[in-house]
Amino acid sequence: MYQYDKYDQAMVDARVAEFRDQAQRRLEGKLSEDQFKPLRLMNGLYLQLHAYMLRVAIPYGTLNSAQMHVLADIADKYDRGYGHFTTRQNIQYNWIKLEDAGDILADLAKVEMHAIQTSGNCIRNISSDHFAGAAQDELVDPRPYAELLRQWSSFHPEFMYLPRKFKIAVIASDTDRAAMRLHDIGIQIVEKDGEIGASFYVGGGMGRTPMIAPNIREFVPLDQLITYSEACLRVYNRYGRRDNKYKARIKILVHELGAEEYTRQVEEEFAHLLEQGIEPPLAELERIKPYFADPAFEDGAKTVDRSDPDFALWVDRNTHRHKHDSYVSAVISLKPVGGIPGDATAEQMHLMADLAKEYSFDEMRVMHTQNVVLPHVKIADLHALWTKLDAADLGTPNLDQIGDIIACPGLDYCSLANARSIPLAQKISERFAEGGKQDKLGELKLKISGCINACGHHHAGHIGILGVDKKGVENYQLSLGGSEAEDTALGKITGRGFDEEGVLNAVDTVTDVYLAKKEDGERFLDTYNRIGMAPFKEALYD
Amino acid sequence: MTDLGTSPDGVQFRFRDDEMVDHASVTVDAFLEQSNSSAVRIEPGDDARDLLPHLDRIALVEVNFPVYGDGRGYSAARVLREEGYTGEIRAVGDVLVDQLNNMRRCGFDAFQPDVAMNEADAQAALDTWPEVYQATTDGRNPIWNIRHGVGPNE
Repeated sequence: MYQYDKYDQAMVDARVAEFRDQAQRRLEGKLSEDQFKPLRLMNGLYLQLHAYMLRVAIPYGTLNSAQMHVLADIADKYDRGYGHFTTRQNIQYNWIKLEDAGDILADLAKVEMHAIQTSGNCIRNISSDHFAGAAQDELVDPRPYAELLRQWSSFHPEFMYLPRKFKIAVIASDTDRAAMRLHDIGIQIVEKDGEIGASFYVGGGMGRTPMIAPNIREFVPLDQLITYSEACLRVYNRYGRRDNKYKARIKILVHELGAEEYTRQVEEEFAHLLEQGIEPPLAELERIKPYFADPAFEDGAKTVDRSDPDFALWVDRNTHRHKHDSYVSAVISLKPVGGIPGDATAEQMHLMADLAKEYSFDEMRVMHTQNVVLPHVKIADLHALWTKLDAADLGTPNLDQIGDIIACPGLDYCSLANARSIPLAQKISERFAEGGKQDKLGELKLKISGCINACGHHHAGHIGILGVDKKGVENYQLSLGGSEAEDTALGKITGRGFDEEGVLNAVDTVTDVYLAKKEDGERFLDTYNRIGMAPFKEALYD
Repeated sequence: MTDLGTSPDGVQFRFRDDEMVDHASVTVDAFLEQSNSSAVRIEPGDDARDLLPHLDRIALVEVNFPVYGDGRGYSAARVLREEGYTGEIRAVGDVLVDQLNNMRRCGFDAFQPDVAMNEADAQAALDTWPEVYQATTDGRNPIWNIRHGVGPNE
């Protein structure tokens, strides 16, 4: 994986020193909270319901054991012994004291980590395919391109005060595991006539106005990648709406102008910027690539002993095909039955770090579904790995099952939320695990957001749940048919909302409809797409 | 140490040696309609490119920041520099010490903040970054060029 050179390290060290000074001025009362707010936000520090929350960037979700150990130490030393992995492939700590923030950032900087641009109206952490470099179906590893974009977007002088936050994802396979078209910019690395380039999708997003990004250019040559990105951002910075926070994301600009007109403006700006010589030399991409070179894979066993049914089930559910036939990518579920989605204790983080070192070439990935991947595990080592995971409550075999819920922090932590997400996720997970209904349902992606900002990706859930405030009472809207994959779709609301018990029952009802109507090999989403909303609606409301 | 530059008339920092324009600026509309003024003021909604045909007779562009969080002025300044404008670009309004560095990188060379900055803080802010990642028109060679022995804007 990528390693900082002296330049990258100097940039992060400079930022730590700067923020330490700013936090000190705030603590001494020289800065008011109003003056301090934009500064702390640029450094990932939010003031939440009960305490400060610190969000640490994990570029394209990739990290090594030393980094995970430090994340665990921070949880122990400065928080309450746990951390929360997020849908941006980052980690958040919910109980941070302002006076510790400088020290935490300094601890992070020692292992090439930071919290820069994890909040604020700027370009956020770049996300990518969690199976990058391991998946059999990828054209190339997308992470060198993501790393180049990371450098370009870090401390960008022109784009620190955009109309709104800005999220970029980079993938390099036709199978989309990063919800690429639901990003402000989604980039797919593609091949055309034997040449590698980037296909740009701009103006996707979730939130209160979900949109699927249109393709605005099918092929940008690699020696124009940064210049084209800059053009996309400049048009947005100049013309994105600033009169209404809820209409300020680039998706609204692209929608209001129309993709064609937005594209025209980008192309015009691009032509101008090409004259400016702002593109990095191609040699920089070549410098970055070897950091992501394949580790030394060895031939070995290609099958497992399936005599232990629990192990066999975990292998079937939680491993993903690898480009080398003696390896798989193994998913560590952070969704134990009845647990808080994405939470891991310091001990669990230490264990994952140790297992990555022992079994996965010292590498891990955070998934946007709030789980952790060991990307390169020998098939021969799977049983030993599973045994250790299972003993630490990290072996839940529920990847992409109804219990593998994405949920935002909700009203338990977040000052924006209208409703609680976590307790609902816990109850759904328990109800469907008991009695084995989960096993009958197969792949079913359920996502919960505690407010309209959609941090829990409910629009993209096969089943989505949105918490709203209805005259002071928590109420939940159900939607069906969303997808974040290559068949990206936005869920449709079933009808009137439910209270907490009601929405639990409603999920039961719609899954019953699926089980009754499904045809051979159909997933919940396939059945929904075939039979439509009516049968579900009828079962729910008639 | 960065030379902060000093100047009278509410302009707290000025990084140029030429004479300051001695008359008030006019709006972009007024400038385009008539005006022999050599000073023009850009509001966030104005298009800096409207000034391009007239750059040779402009000596001062004020870019107003009614609120620091409205970042359109950064693009305005950069566009003007990229089009070859060499006169003064002055950031006016809600301009805070933490924006100084980025504004310098985008081509601002004078600062007239509503509330004067602490000079030591300003000095520290301008000296924060040993190197930069991106190429702008400020002549600093980005890290990705330095790594490969390439010069600025090549």
